[in-house]
Amino acid sequence: MDLTAFFQLLDATLRLATPLLLACLAGLFSERAGIFDIGLEGKMLVAAFLAAAVAAVTGNVWLGLLMGIGGSLVLSGLHGLASITFRGNQLISGVAINFLAAGITVVAAQAWFAQGGRTPQLGAGSRFAEIQLPGFAALRDIPLLGPLLADVVSGHTILVYVALLAVPVSWWVLFRTRFGLRLRAVGENPAAVDTAGVSVIRLRFAAVAIAGLLCGLAGAHLSTAEPAAGFIRDMTAGRGFIALAALIFAKWRPWGALGACLLFGFLQALSLRPATIEAVIGLRVQTQFLDALPYILTVVILAGFVGRAIPPRAGGEPYVKER
Amino acid sequence: MTQLSTLLGATAALALAAGAAVASPAVIFDLGGKFDRSFNESAFNGAERWREETGQSYAEFELTAEPQREQAIRRFAEQGHDPVIMVGFMSATPLEQIAPDYPETTFVIVDAVVDQPNVRSVVFNEHEGSYLVGMLAAMASETGTVGFVGGMDIPLIRKFACGYAQGVKAVNPDATVLVNFTGTTPAAWNDPARGSELTLAQISQGADVVYAAAGGTGVGVLQTAADRGILSIGVDSNQNYLHPGQVLTSMIKRVDNAVYEAMAGGEGLETGVQVMGVANDGVGWALDEHNEALITEEMRAAVTEAEEKIASGELQVHDYMTDETCPALTF
Repeated sequence: MDLTAFFQLLDATLRLATPLLLACLAGLFSERAGIFDIGLEGKMLVAAFLAAAVAAVTGNVWLGLLMGIGGSLVLSGLHGLASITFRGNQLISGVAINFLAAGITVVAAQAWFAQGGRTPQLGAGSRFAEIQLPGFAALRDIPLLGPLLADVVSGHTILVYVALLAVPVSWWVLFRTRFGLRLRAVGENPAAVDTAGVSVIRLRFAAVAIAGLLCGLAGAHLSTAEPAAGFIRDMTAGRGFIALAALIFAKWRPWGALGACLLFGFLQALSLRPATIEAVIGLRVQTQFLDALPYILTVVILAGFVGRAIPPRAGGEPYVKER
Repeated sequence: MTQLSTLLGATAALALAAGAAVASPAVIFDLGGKFDRSFNESAFNGAERWREETGQSYAEFELTAEPQREQAIRRFAEQGHDPVIMVGFMSATPLEQIAPDYPETTFVIVDAVVDQPNVRSVVFNEHEGSYLVGMLAAMASETGTVGFVGGMDIPLIRKFACGYAQGVKAVNPDATVLVNFTGTTPAAWNDPARGSELTLAQISQGADVVYAAAGGTGVGVLQTAADRGILSIGVDSNQNYLHPGQVLTSMIKRVDNAVYEAMAGGEGLETGVQVMGVANDGVGWALDEHNEALITEEMRAAVTEAEEKIASGELQVHDYMTDETCPALTF
């Protein structure tokens, strides 16, 4: 494999990892606060739909992004209402959100555009264009590092950079701020937080809201960031669940999430290029195997072969204040 | 709970009322959706044409999940619809079992063969149509490398790929044909993001014409091809209009004709296997105002000649599904 092909592989890795990473961080915030969220998929789907629909109608992709995030936040609110306020089962609420999203997006798209549950294809102005970072093209002449910077690091849509930036920000918020400390405490021992006079309910709502925001970005990336252009039904295609697998793989840590999502993105990019694999290792690998690898790795992690993945202790349990 | 049961009761009553019409045809659209701009939409167009011409109505159902398949077929048969038409090979297995239970009803399945006395199986020679667009791809390509993006990796889609590769090699024996499939589950029909990525990967390997046989995923393929300034080939319906001047042609599969004929046949519909190929205009390639400029006189002549040879039997395009091998391609 020549270097150009390798860089193209890395380039695709970044693009494919972006929705996973954003969704994974969304799950991270939510689960660190003790709220399981298997509704990531549904929230992404609604955001993808609203972002594409609004961008198609108004021609303004930023407005689309805003509405996508808004839609995702509404579902987050619903999840919070069901599982925090009314202490319902978090898994069931998440499943319900996935079903709701799968249905409502198609119905709304059909009513709105009458194109069979899809939005019109988005033209050049109404989606996120690829950004050439200033100065990076000039560095191309430096051996090795030059093309890496110019081809891999530069030339993505803004959402890719937002996703990468979200990792240190998440780390800082969770591990270096008072809010983050409390948020993590709520996921481990909500009673202690409550005793300290901090509202468990409010913290958990804040966590699911952050999750909604991040899912909104992930969904918008799927439908409005180049090369994608428009929404079609069920277009998340299981990415919300892969993000959950990545979350376990990352052992509920932001930097781990980055590593896991890049790995999963890399595997996906690799499975798109069977010829490349064959050229490198001289063996024909079934692409199905590469597609399944993220799940296999997650099972291996869960089985405790590679360190232990311990979820937040109070995860999945609604908090009931003692009287 | 009471409210829920009332609601369910009301829905059931409504469903019964809808089925009261006598012996009208019914159509079951496959996963992927009625408006996939491709296979199902073509079936829908045929049904609509029948409705407009005859003024009669038909029942329809759009599958959204695998378990609905058997229910939908049985329900339409119970309600007395005749013929019950289903598009998509995935209905073959349930229909095999259901058809004997309703000997009075005629079933029509598009894209698969079900060997029962009351079933009409309509199959298309997609390899022939794909051969023609493969020739066009090879003639339009400047790099000598062309791509194929399939949907779910199943023998039917491999049949497309195989015919395409044969057409390409017939024009340019040294050409490289890159073949990728989107996935192995039905989700592969609805993943335009992955379609885009596959297209980018093929472009990076030198492809300058990409043929998408991938349902909704193909939308992403055609979009990316247009964005990157290469040519694409649509499938099933005429998709030339999606990106005028950037879609080389479309491999048309006249599912609409199959559905229309089945509906027009009514209750006394002839059963058995019906093969739709180049010879009887069942498959072909699209030429309209959107791609006129891309098709040279030379290309048109070459493809027309091949069409005639296929129709007369002089040229045999190998069908992957007969022996699961392809002379022009290794999977």
